[in-house]
Amino acid sequence: MPSPNNSDLTRVGLWRRGKDVLATIGAAGAVVLVLVPLIAIFGYLVYKGIGSLNWAFLTETPKPVGEPGGGMANAIAGSCLILLIASCLGVPIGIGAGIYLAEYGRNRFGDLIRFTADVLNGVPSIVIGIVAYGIVVLAQGHFSALAGGVALGIMMIPTITRATEEMLLLVPQTIREAAYGLGVARWRTTLSITLRTASSGVITGVMLAFARVAGETAPLLFTAFGNQYWNWKINQPTAALSLQVFTYAISPFDEWHRQAWAGALILIILIVVAVSAVRVAASHGMLKGTS
Amino acid sequence: MSGPQPVAQSEVIAGARSQSEPLIKAGSGYLSDSLFEIAMLACGVCVLGLVALIIYELARGSTLSWHAFGWKFFFRSDWDPVNEQFGAWAFVYGTLVSSLVALVLAVPLALGVAIFITEMCPAWLKGPLAFTTELLAAIPSVIYGLWAIFVLVPILRQYLEPFLGKYFGWTGLFEGTPYGIGMLAAGIILAIMVIPIISSITREVMTAVSQQQREAVLALGATRWEMIRTGVLRNARAGILGAIILGLGRALGETMAVTMVIGNRPEIARSLFAPGYTMASVIANEFSEATGNTYLSALIEIGLALFLVTIIVNILAQVLVWSVTRGMPARGHA
Repeated sequence: MPSPNNSDLTRVGLWRRGKDVLATIGAAGAVVLVLVPLIAIFGYLVYKGIGSLNWAFLTETPKPVGEPGGGMANAIAGSCLILLIASCLGVPIGIGAGIYLAEYGRNRFGDLIRFTADVLNGVPSIVIGIVAYGIVVLAQGHFSALAGGVALGIMMIPTITRATEEMLLLVPQTIREAAYGLGVARWRTTLSITLRTASSGVITGVMLAFARVAGETAPLLFTAFGNQYWNWKINQPTAALSLQVFTYAISPFDEWHRQAWAGALILIILIVVAVSAVRVAASHGMLKGTS
Repeated sequence: MSGPQPVAQSEVIAGARSQSEPLIKAGSGYLSDSLFEIAMLACGVCVLGLVALIIYELARGSTLSWHAFGWKFFFRSDWDPVNEQFGAWAFVYGTLVSSLVALVLAVPLALGVAIFITEMCPAWLKGPLAFTTELLAAIPSVIYGLWAIFVLVPILRQYLEPFLGKYFGWTGLFEGTPYGIGMLAAGIILAIMVIPIISSITREVMTAVSQQQREAVLALGATRWEMIRTGVLRNARAGILGAIILGLGRALGETMAVTMVIGNRPEIARSLFAPGYTMASVIANEFSEATGNTYLSALIEIGLALFLVTIIVNILAQVLVWSVTRGMPARGHA
């Protein structure tokens, strides 16, 4: 981009021009400095992760310290189980609350809920973990996949709520009125017309929430707790990919460090796929659908 | 949109067949409408209920520690599970210092990135750059921690910390043995994690400044930097402050990456090379091993304090950001 002052360069003082150039260099330098860790993190993940990734890693459970081999299959399955529970809890409530805010909540009470959702969004994940411990683990008497799912589900709700509301509000009022004009009931209009029109945007919100909790570790430490073996029961302690990466990373064993990198690579692949899916969904998004 | 059509058509037919019936009955009526609204309301109330539940659980869990230590809990620095003596000052200190280091490093960089993306870079680069910086926000905390342990900490130990100690040791901030692990490592990794938040919200408030402001300043003969400084940054300053405070809120509550590199020792040292401990890390490390009710209660009280502080910080930030973006149309999700 040419400088806006090209034509009257002679009249702009050397000092002012110099400052302009310095500011540009500074801002561009900041971008480069920020991109360095990003590239370094992805580079190391791929470099260290691919070397340790093999079939055994994806199909076997962890071996005891000192024995080579073993994998994280149970942790991958455990993460899926926990995320499934979280989605069952977080998605319906999140979308429901979003519908309420967009369709019925244009009032004081709606503002209160909107504000509370923003507050919930800012609560540190470790605090959510304490709460899930209090309401599920203490009640059950032991750590469980359910407790982990509840913690992550709570974290999904505010993101989905606000995204759903924002997307529903983008649907033109005329579409709703057209449905009312045909005699369609309000609930039917909301579900079959408004929500469906906004569906790709709502899905974007759900995926973002999913990507956000998929890598969460802190709330799982004392809810899902981790497990060395296979577990499919929702009321038993369960391994999770992020927990396993944490445990292995802070351990003193080289073999476990190697596996931590591989686990992290799998985790990031899952998340990047989700975020990319969001980009694709958004570019074919609801704005195109309605206009 | 072929989906909704059959529904609409059948409703039309139903309506045409029974023109004498009131329209309100078409589509199975008033009752289902009310039921639906109540169900949606219940979901909304759920959100309220969750926050109430969080406050209740934390308050209930921390009563024991509150009765035992009172306000002094936050200003005592002894943490002795064996004798059941608990004070959180070392953790409060660690949280504040690591977040402060993070902000000092992150704010200039984040503002630079935001300025470059909104005002300076060519149009074709905007999308990819914005996407890439936002990708930083999508990396899970535990992966930052993993990278910090095996890449950042060795670099700090071998190069950066000896260098800082040699030339800036006189400030007292950079003295002692360069372990690599410690307050500085935690601050740097936190900085990397909050940059995307600060820069994306700064971008949002800068975009909210009207184009006419920019044109007016340029028409007065300003250079591009002068235009950004007087026309854009000055108008968006409340929102930018909000963005920084939002970053602070994230840094205060961040757990895993910090736990992995800060050293986890409840000590208060002036030097940033020394290991420390934060409120979130002590919960992460000791919660599942806490023996004794007072111990657990003390940890929950730290959680309650963390909750209250991040809530206040976030509300403050929201108000500041709204003060700039208020009245703007809902931003499109690109």
